[in-house]
This record gives sequence, structure tokens and C-alpha cells, in this order.
Amino acid sequence: MLDRIVGSRRATEGNGHLAVEAGLITDATQLAAGRPTPWQTVQTARNIARPHALDIIGRVFEHFQELHGDRAFRDDPAIVGGIAELEGRPVIVVGQQKGSSTEENIVRNFGMPYPEGYRKAMRLYRLAQKFHLPVVTLVDTPGAYPGPEAEERGQAEAIASSIQLMTRLAVPIVVVVLGEGGSGGALALGVGDVVLALENATYSVISPEGCAAILWRSASEAERAAVAMKLAGPDLLETGVADALIREPAGGAHTDHEATAAAIKSALIPQLDRLSRVPVADLLSLRYERFRSFGMFVEPDGSTAPMPAQPWWRRILKNPLEKGGL
Amino acid sequence: MRLRNPFGRKTKEFPSHLWTQCPSCGEMLFNKQLERNHRVCQKCGHHFKLGALERIELLADPKSFSETDAAIVSSDPLGFVDSKPYPERIAAAQAKSGHKDAVLTGDAQISGVPVVLAVMDFEFMGGSMGSVVGEKLTRAAERAYADRKPLVIVSASGGARMQEGTIALMQLAKTVAAIARLDEAAIPFISVLTDPTTGGVLASFASLGDIVLAEPGALIGFSGARVTSETIGEKLPKGFQRSEFLLEHGFVDQVVPRTQLKERIAFFLNSFRIAGQDLRWSL
Repeated sequence: MLDRIVGSRRATEGNGHLAVEAGLITDATQLAAGRPTPWQTVQTARNIARPHALDIIGRVFEHFQELHGDRAFRDDPAIVGGIAELEGRPVIVVGQQKGSSTEENIVRNFGMPYPEGYRKAMRLYRLAQKFHLPVVTLVDTPGAYPGPEAEERGQAEAIASSIQLMTRLAVPIVVVVLGEGGSGGALALGVGDVVLALENATYSVISPEGCAAILWRSASEAERAAVAMKLAGPDLLETGVADALIREPAGGAHTDHEATAAAIKSALIPQLDRLSRVPVADLLSLRYERFRSFGMFVEPDGSTAPMPAQPWWRRILKNPLEKGGL
Repeated sequence: MRLRNPFGRKTKEFPSHLWTQCPSCGEMLFNKQLERNHRVCQKCGHHFKLGALERIELLADPKSFSETDAAIVSSDPLGFVDSKPYPERIAAAQAKSGHKDAVLTGDAQISGVPVVLAVMDFEFMGGSMGSVVGEKLTRAAERAYADRKPLVIVSASGGARMQEGTIALMQLAKTVAAIARLDEAAIPFISVLTDPTTGGVLASFASLGDIVLAEPGALIGFSGARVTSETIGEKLPKGFQRSEFLLEHGFVDQVVPRTQLKERIAFFLNSFRIAGQDLRWSL
């Protein structure tokens, strides 16, 4: 939203900046006609050969220096982060890291962070705020890890605190959903001024399998759930969950990591350029409004019906009425 | 001498509209007495779930609660159909619970302190948070911010409402953003966790209270116990994800029995002063 507001103003002022939407998909009609089904998109987003956070970071940024640990418990390998340069300017990058082999996935816990992962992310956000660096987050997780140790260490509190910190962080934040945007575990890295998503990324409140298991009592209905949940690119544009989609190479991001990274880089630079010129107070209030506006409900006008004028007899009988008599 | 039917005896002696069996100690509890004790078992102290209206009666001073944003109702953002279309589920839940959605919000007084009070009701689709719950809670927090009044939210929810898809997920960010502004403005927020508070509700505003209280024995956790036990492939220890477990691990300030909840909240409300009001210390 911020992107649209600031962008359209700049476009009409004609100050020579790139159009906001340059190379980005902001409308579902811009997508190719033969779109994959939502279920196919889920499979593509989960493809193990897809570029993961470090693949992207290494190609988009220069001089990435990883910073480890949450300063309280341990270093969670499912979240990576550090300082890097984007075209010579320093930024803080944080992303969920999946593995590209089974062995690596075991180390990375399949990209499912523990609470200390989110606490590491928060530490890096604070670092960014302290030294006035913009933040780029890369979202790619099936969800926060649901194991008993994660519960003991406060998975919910970590996610809630991370969301809270991001809503008020006084530097620009650009979110890029690379693959799976799995529920609260994704949102904990997903609060930003601009949210971009790769064309075949998904973003959902629960995994299709989980949704099917609860609502249809059978995980095999996941395909139907994927359709019903509206988790794929065009739906994200329609609901405004993503501001724009980044085009993937023809066969999907997994076929060409270089081209995918190049597309992400050319999407990031104008966004960060633009956001870095917005005064912090405006940035925060626009970020507030961006998330404030989600919700579809009906509110009949005049939410409370006007009180009818009281007849004389009721005024006389006021006391017994108030006591609940009559 | 009267003959007794050995099979029908229990049900005749304890008709369910008059008696409730405590799931914890097995005691048969007379419904009227149970209601009078705010649905807490007199024998073992088991806390039954409490509806939103009974909860307001428990916490708010008599006749002090005035509901706000009562008319907001859900639309069907995704056209969601599982075994039933979503609007039908909403209608059924409205008929069952008597509420428009899973939260009631309003202005109230707690032991004389004016507050904004929000109370969730598990009866309405498992207390799940969709657009309506998110909007009402956000407005409640915004009103607390504008009027500089403390906010009290009593949660009872399974989490985000799946039928609203990603829009429901975004309610986490929306409510937390409003809570974050309260936090910056130093306006107290007391979060009360009741049975159950799980998923996206616990992973958003419910965990962020300046004071976090929980009722005894309430199920409180991020992921469902079934998911967790499937993840590690073994049974979970007794008491896992209960209030006392969270107290032990440092995520709630106190476990407070329902009968003491109001006075405890009042104590905290009276301890905190909002800038501009009379301060007890000249710091």
C-alpha cells in the first residue's frame, strides 16, 4: 500500500524514478493464462531445488556477513541473518533457511524455526534500527516448529513479539516471500512496508494438509483445501496480502537461481530507494494502515439504533424498570 | 417396597439439565450452584469454560458494561466451503451462542477503574479469530489508546479462523500493531488466558500483555497437542501446555483462580498509572 501511495505520487510528479511496478506483477491479469493450479503452486513452492534464503542472499547482496545467535539460548540454523550490501549500501537481511538436501534439511530443521530463531531475528531488527539500516526479510517456512521444546521456550511469545517489533521498527522493511509462507511462523518475519512474493510462492493461515485434516478430517483432501484457502499468487494480489509478485523464470524459480535472484534484486532496489526517503513517522503510520486495513466484514450503518423517546409512563416508572421489573 | 431400575438409575437421579458431572473429579454438580460459583467445581476447583456474558458479569462492575461495535458481522471473503459453506457455519454459530461473532467488546469498569474490556467466547466457532474478531479487538485497542484507558482482553480461542484464509492470518499483525501502539504510549494491557488459548491468538495479542494471567488448568499453547505429539511421535507428558506449565516456563505472570480474578486485575489496574493521571511516586 505504501508502495502504491508513494509510488503513484512519484509517478505523477514525474521525478524520473522507476515506475513502482516496473517488472512486477501487480494485477492477476498480468499473469500467463496457463496458470498452475493452487495445488501445483504449493508443490512448486516446496520444491527442494528452489532457491532458498542463502542462495538468494549470495546472489542479490554483496559482502554478506552472517551474524549468529539470539544472545540468550543458541543459534537457530532455520533462520539466517546478517549484514550485507545492496549495490554498495548496507542492509540487514533475515530469512528462513530450508535445506537443498535431506542432510541439510535435518540441520536446518526443514526451515521450521524455534523461538530462538525469532529472537535472533528480533536482535537483528533492533540492530538495524540502532544503526539506521533498512531490513529485508526472506520468508520461506512450512511454519514455526511445533515440537515440545519450542512450546517450552515460548514459540507463541516469540512470534507475537517479533510481529510487535516489526510493526513499530523505525526503518524501512521489505518482505519477500520466496516459497512457503506458512502461517504465524512466516508472519513473524512478514510485517513490512512492502510485501513482495515470488510468482509461485504461497502464503496461508495453515498448511493445506492441516486445513484438510481439521475441516475435512482427512489430509488427502489437501488439494481441495489448497483451492479453498486462496493461498497462491493471484489470490495474494487480490486480497492485498502481497503488494506485487516477482516474475519467475519460465520453468519456475528452481530452474534458474541466477535469473530469480536478478529479478528479486531489481525489484528490491527501487523499493528500498523509495522507502528510504519516507519520513519515519509516515513510514510507521502507513505500515500501521497497511495491516489495519485487512478484514472483510459488514457493518450496518448507525451501529446502535437510536433510543426511542421515552413515553411519560416509562419516565414515571423509571425505577422499577431499571431494577429489571415489569 | 419400591423396586429400582438398576440401568436407568443414574440418568433419573441426575438429569443433565439440572446436574453436570465434573470431568476432573467426577463429582455431580448441581447446575444452579455451579453457575453461582462461576462454573468452578466446588470439590476440586476444576474450571469449566465460561461464556462471554458470564465472564463480563464476573469481571465488570454491575451494569457498567456497555457494548461497542456490536453490529459488525462476518462476510465471506473467500467463498469458503468445506463440509458446509462458511456463511452457514456463521449462522449456526450465531444461533447456538447468541452472539454475532466470537468476541464482545465494550467499555466497562473493574472495581471502579474505567477500562476497555474484550471477552472472547469459545462457543462461537471455537473462539476463532477472523475479520470480525480482529476488527473489534483492534478498535478496542484503538479506543483504549484514544481514551487513555487500560485494555483488558480475556482470550478463549483455538486460533485464527481457517475459513478466512490468509485474511485471518493478517488479523494477527493487525491486532498486534494496535497493541504495539498501546505499549509505546504506556497504556496498560492486561491479557487473561482462559481454556483454551492456542494458535494464532496466543501467537499475537494474547502473549503481549504487560501482565499475563491464566486460569488454572487452561490449555495454552502454540500448536495443537495432537500436532506436537505427531511431530515427535510420542505421547506428551501430563500437564503439557497447561497454565501451570507456562507459569513454570516463564510465559505467564500468575495462575489466578477465577473467583479471585477480578480483584487481582483490579490490583494491577490500580498499581499502574497512566501518565497524566495522579502518580503515586514523583519519579
